[in-house]
Amino acid sequence: MSSKPLKQIHLAAHFPGVNNTTVWSDPAAGSHIDFDSFIHFARTAERAKFDFLFLAEGLRLREQGGEIYDLDVVGRPDTFTVLAALAAVTDRLGLTGTINSTFNEPYEVARQFATLDHLSEGRAAWNVVTSWDAFTGENFRRGGFLPREDRYSRAQEFLATATELFDSWDGSEIAADAGSGTFLRNARAGVFAHRGRHFDIEGRFNVPRSPQGRPVIFQAGDSEEGREFAAAGADAIFGRYGTLDAGREFYADVKGRLARHGRTHDQLKILPAATFVLGDTDAEAREIAHEVRRLQVSGQTAIKFLEHVWNRDLSAYDPDGPLPETDPLVGENTIALGRASVRQFRDPLATARQWRELARAKNLSIRELVIATTADQTFVGSAATIAGSIDALVQADAADGFILVPHITPGGLDAFADSVVPLLQERGVFRTEYEGTTLRDHLGLAVPAPASTPAPAPAPVS
Amino acid sequence: MSVSSSSPAPLHLAVALDGAGRHPAAWREPGARPAELFTARYWAGLASEAETGLLDFITFEDGLALQSSSPTGSDERTDRVRGRLDAVLTAARVAPLTRRIGLVPAVTATHTEPFHISKAIATPDHVSRGRAGLRIQVSGLAHEASHFGRRTAPFADGELYAEAADHVEVVRRLWDSWEDDAEIRNVATGRFVDREKLHHIDFEGRHFSVRGPSITPRPPQGQPVVSASGAGEASYALIARSAEVGYVAAHDGDGARAAVAAIRRAREATGATAEPLHLFGELTVFLDADAPAAAARLERLDALAGLPHGDGGTAFTGSPGQLADLLLERRAAGLSGFLLRPGVIAHDLPAITRSLVPELQRRGAFRHAYEADTLRGLLGLERPANRYARPAARPAA
Ligand SMILES: Cc1cc2nc3c(=O)[nH]c(=O)nc-3n(C[C@H](O)[C@H](O)[C@H](O)COP(=O)(O)O)c2cc1C
Repeated sequence: MSSKPLKQIHLAAHFPGVNNTTVWSDPAAGSHIDFDSFIHFARTAERAKFDFLFLAEGLRLREQGGEIYDLDVVGRPDTFTVLAALAAVTDRLGLTGTINSTFNEPYEVARQFATLDHLSEGRAAWNVVTSWDAFTGENFRRGGFLPREDRYSRAQEFLATATELFDSWDGSEIAADAGSGTFLRNARAGVFAHRGRHFDIEGRFNVPRSPQGRPVIFQAGDSEEGREFAAAGADAIFGRYGTLDAGREFYADVKGRLARHGRTHDQLKILPAATFVLGDTDAEAREIAHEVRRLQVSGQTAIKFLEHVWNRDLSAYDPDGPLPETDPLVGENTIALGRASVRQFRDPLATARQWRELARAKNLSIRELVIATTADQTFVGSAATIAGSIDALVQADAADGFILVPHITPGGLDAFADSVVPLLQERGVFRTEYEGTTLRDHLGLAVPAPASTPAPAPAPVS
Repeated sequence: MSVSSSSPAPLHLAVALDGAGRHPAAWREPGARPAELFTARYWAGLASEAETGLLDFITFEDGLALQSSSPTGSDERTDRVRGRLDAVLTAARVAPLTRRIGLVPAVTATHTEPFHISKAIATPDHVSRGRAGLRIQVSGLAHEASHFGRRTAPFADGELYAEAADHVEVVRRLWDSWEDDAEIRNVATGRFVDREKLHHIDFEGRHFSVRGPSITPRPPQGQPVVSASGAGEASYALIARSAEVGYVAAHDGDGARAAVAAIRRAREATGATAEPLHLFGELTVFLDADAPAAAARLERLDALAGLPHGDGGTAFTGSPGQLADLLLERRAAGLSGFLLRPGVIAHDLPAITRSLVPELQRRGAFRHAYEADTLRGLLGLERPANRYARPAARPAA
C-alpha cells in the first residue's frame, strides 16, 4: 500500500432526462415532470449525502427527419424554477443547473443564479453550456445568431461579465440598521460596467452578494476550446469519460492545463457522467444490464441512431439486418436537430467503415451494433463490485467522482443510496455526514473573494 | 354560484409583496426584519401569512434594475431598501411550502425571452399543481435597458405595450404547444409522445419570431393566470388583449369607473368579451385600530423617510372596518377584487389577514375556506381548451 492518502469521492445525481438511457417503458418508471418525482430523487440523493443534484437542459425539442423525436422521454421543467422549488424540500444538497450562454443575457442569468444561491443558502451551481445552433435559436428573439467558432468566446465573456456582476457587491454593503436608517453602507453597491465584443452593458446589479459569493461553475463540452474554458475558470467539469484509460487521459490533460492559468490541481473537479446497473451478484447485474440495453436501444432507436451518422433516412432498413452498404451523406448534418451527440461523429465515412468492419467481424445486426457501440453502462455489478470500481477509478486519477445518471425516474437512485454508498463510507472514501452547508463546502472549494473591481471609468467607445 | 341580492358576490383579494412594504421607511418598522429580505424564510413566512387569510394570490414585485427614488436613473441613497431577489424564482421557492394560495411573480416583457418565461411560469404551476400566474410589466427606463445593451431607450409607450402583448401571446401559445394528453408512453409502438399533439407555434411579430413547441409540458391550469397593471390607454390595451386580471389604481370611485369603462371598451374591440376579465382596484393600505392611529403611523413613517409618501392618492389609511366599507363601495365601479399593497408588510399584512378578512367575512363578502385548489378555480375561471387541439369527434347531428 502506498502512503498516498485516500482521495475522497464526490458523488452527484443527474435527474434522468430526455435521452435514450432513460427507460420510460419500465413499469417502475414514473413521471419526469411531476414535482413529486423531483422530491423523491433529490431526497434520495440528500439521504445518501451526495454533493449535488444535476439538471441538463435543452432549449428545443429534438427533431429528426423533420419530425419531433418521439422515441425517448420528451419534455422537462424549467431549470431555474425547478431548482428553486427543490431548495424548499432539501437542506444540504447542491443544486446544479445547466444554463446556456448563447440564448441568455448575463444580467438576467447572474440575477437568477445569485437569487438561487440566496434561496438555497449557498447551494447553487451553473453548468455553462454553449450550444449555438440556429435550430435552437429559432425559439429566441434574435434567432440563430452565433457562428460555431464564437460559442466559447461568447461563453467566456458571458461568464466574465456574470462574475463582474456577482462581484459588484462584496457582501459588506447591507447594514439594515433601522435605528440609524442606514440600509446600505455603500451608496454605490452593485455598480458595474462591461465593454466587450459580445456585451456592452453598465449599471447597477440588483442582487446582493449571495452565500457562496458566486455559484459554483461547471463546464460540459469536450472540444479543445471547451477544455481551455474549463481550465481557465470552471470549478468542475461534467465529463464524458468514465473508463480507466480514457478517464485518466482526460483527467491528466485538463488538470495539466491548470497551472498555465495560475490554478492548482484541486481547484477543478473532474466528474464524468456515469450509469450503473446493480444486482445481488455480478452475474445478475450483467443480465439486468443486458436487458436494460435492449430497452434503451429498440430497433427503431437503433435506426434513428444510425441516421445520425449516415445523415439520411434509413427507415427502410431492418434493425435486425446488416448495416447499410450506402455511404453516409457528408456535409452538414440535417437529419437530426437539437442533438449534441451528432457532433461526436466528425468523420462519418470513417465511422461507417469502422462499424461495418465491427459488424462483419462479430456478425452484428444494426441493433446489436448500436448496442455495442453506444454508451454502455459505466458500472455493472454487485454493490461491492461497483463500490470497488468507483473507488479504484477515483484513486487512479481517472476522475474525482461521478455524476450518476440512473435509467429510471424517480427511483433509480434508491438502491445505489442504500447499498453502494454505505460500502464507500466503510472504505473511508465518502462522507457519512455533510461537513458543511454549502455546495462549495461539499466540493472543498473556497468562497471566492470578490475581484477588486476598480470603479469603472467612463470608457469612451469608438 | 348563486348569490342573493342581499349578499353580493364575494370579493377577490390579493396582496402585492415588495421588500418590507410599499412605504420607503417600512423596513425601519418593528418586526420588519430588513436583514432577512434576501432569505427564503422571509418570503415563505409572508406567503403563509397570506394563505392563513385565504387570499386569492400574492404578487411578487420585481424589476431589472436596482430600486431608485428617481424615475430616470439610479440613485445613491443609503436609507432605502436596495436589492431584491428574482420574483419568478422566489415564487417557485415558496410553491412547495403553500397549498392553496396563488403565486404571481412580476415579469418584465421588455427585456426577457418569452420562451424562457413560458417554461419558467409553467414549472411553478406544475410544482404547485395549478397555482401560478404572472404579472406582466414593461420597462422604458434607459438605465434598465443599459443592463442588457440590446437596445436604447426611450421607447414609446404604445410600442412597449404592444411588444408585451406579443410577449404574452407567445407565452400563451407555448403553454398550449403541448396538448394535455401528448404524453402517451405507448410501449407497443415505442412512442413516448404523440407528436401530432405537439405543435410548432410559429409566431411572427415585430419583436419576436418563435417556433416552439415549449420544452415543458402544458401546465396544470392549461393557461396560468396573466395579470397586468393599468395606467393609461396603452396599458389598457394590453389588459384588454392579454390578461385575465387587470389592476386599476384610482383615487376614487369615479376614477375607477372611468378606467373600468376604458378597459371594457378596449376589450370589446378585441372581440374577447366572452372571456371573463377581472378588474381589481389597486390600493396601498395602512391599517390600524382607527383612522387617527393609522394617520399618525403614516405621519411617523413619512417623517422617517423625510418626505410624504406619494402614492398618487391611492393610499388608504384607516381601520379594517373602514377599508371594508371602501372596498364594498368601490366595487360598484365594476371591480371584482382588490390588489392591496401593505404599506408596512410586518404590520399591514397581518392586519389584512387577521382583521380585514374577518370583517369582510362577517359581511358575507369573503370566503371562509378555499373553495378550489387552482388559482383559476379561486378566480372562477374555466380551464381553457387548448387552441391547437382538434375538437374531439362529435357524433353526427
Ligand atoms: C457530458 C456532457 C453533457 C452535456 N450536457 C448538455 C446539456 O445538458 N445541455 C446542452 O445544451 N449541452 C450539453 N452538452 C453539450 C455541450 O455543452 C456542448 O456540446 C458544448 O458546449 C459545445 O462545446 P464542445 O464543442 O466543447 O463540446 C453536454 C456535453 C457533455 C460532454
